[in-house]
Amino acid sequence: MTQKEWPLWEVFIRSKQGLDHKHVGSLHAADAEMAIQNARDVYTRRLEGVSIWVVESKHVHASNPDDAAAFYEPANDKIYRHPTFYTVPDSIKHM
Amino acid sequence: METLEVNLEEQFQTRIDADVRIEPKDWMPDAYRKTLIRQISQHAHSELVGMLPEGNWITRAPSLKRKAILLAKVQDEAGHGLYLYSAAETLGATRDQMLADLHSGKAKYSSIFNYPTLSWADMGTIGWLVDGAAILNQVPLCRTSYGPYARAMVRVCKEESFHQRQGFEIMQTLCEGAPEQKQMAQDALNRWWWPTLMMFGPKDADSPNTEQSMKWRIKRFTNDELRQKFVDMMVPQAEFLGLTVPDPELKWNEAKQGYDFGDVNWQEFWDVVKGNGPCNHERLQARVDAWEDGAWVREAALAHAEKRKQRAGTAAA
Repeated sequence: MTQKEWPLWEVFIRSKQGLDHKHVGSLHAADAEMAIQNARDVYTRRLEGVSIWVVESKHVHASNPDDAAAFYEPANDKIYRHPTFYTVPDSIKHM
Repeated sequence: METLEVNLEEQFQTRIDADVRIEPKDWMPDAYRKTLIRQISQHAHSELVGMLPEGNWITRAPSLKRKAILLAKVQDEAGHGLYLYSAAETLGATRDQMLADLHSGKAKYSSIFNYPTLSWADMGTIGWLVDGAAILNQVPLCRTSYGPYARAMVRVCKEESFHQRQGFEIMQTLCEGAPEQKQMAQDALNRWWWPTLMMFGPKDADSPNTEQSMKWRIKRFTNDELRQKFVDMMVPQAEFLGLTVPDPELKWNEAKQGYDFGDVNWQEFWDVVKGNGPCNHERLQARVDAWEDGAWVREAALAHAEKRKQRAGTAAA
């Protein structure tokens, strides 16, 4: 097959003002403008969004799941980072 | 090396058993990946081909309201196909290859779309019955073990419920209309009932992949379980409409709290699966024509994007 596929784009949608953009899926488009138009048709037919970001999938770099332990476990034993680690006397208010 | 592989498979199954979702970059057995690509792309193809029997009635919808609704429904189906293709692509399948497999006849799609849509009542029946069956198949897949597939199914299911209700409304309108209109509704039910029961696939005894798929949680109920659920759900709705389900063996079974029903014509099922249904050739040809006639558009869009990129490059220099 000599046919070239349109590039793949990842789509992020802000569902309403004040919220962040969230990944919703991907689609193919020849360029960014078409990707945004297609994202409008594919992912926001029922008022799911007020703003769209598209990023060509090849530009997304992801962490490796095999590294998950080394990557995230160091946070496990640092419970002093959470407010519940500390006892506050009952009589103290507004803390 | 072999023990390492076994270990990975065990760990994988442990995660599945604990209902931990599998994500694209996670290790997975090759057979899991292959089965999912087949299942998801088959589902995507069904959405795509599923546009054709209904597209047949867009220009002949009985009112502007019905036309707008049917257009929206068919557009949703294109959308569902796209959500699913994109889920399959996270497993390493390419869009071009999936479409090539559809066009060559290597990949399958739901047999139900190989039946013709002869009257407007078929639009009602497809929404009510066929989408009703699809929902039963699809709702459990919102909890399937593969993350991108489950997320796509959540979106699909949200939208399907409109499809089913608009179909039921068409049926209700016909059934409350003139005797001829009610007869249209009955005729459509007569033609679609059995092919819809076939949508759940062969009997459990003839479905060798079910056990592994259930273990991997990419299937959560067996074909026969879903078929029974469907009949139990639909018979009261047909009664409400005043329609007769075309099955002389249909009978309430008090002991099992469900209906007993007749056996599907499995010869017909396999004939349609093998490509010999009433519309197999027509449906596939329509997809191939759409793909080939659209080739110049795909090429032109790429050339245009390339030209714009180069122009932007020149301007910056």
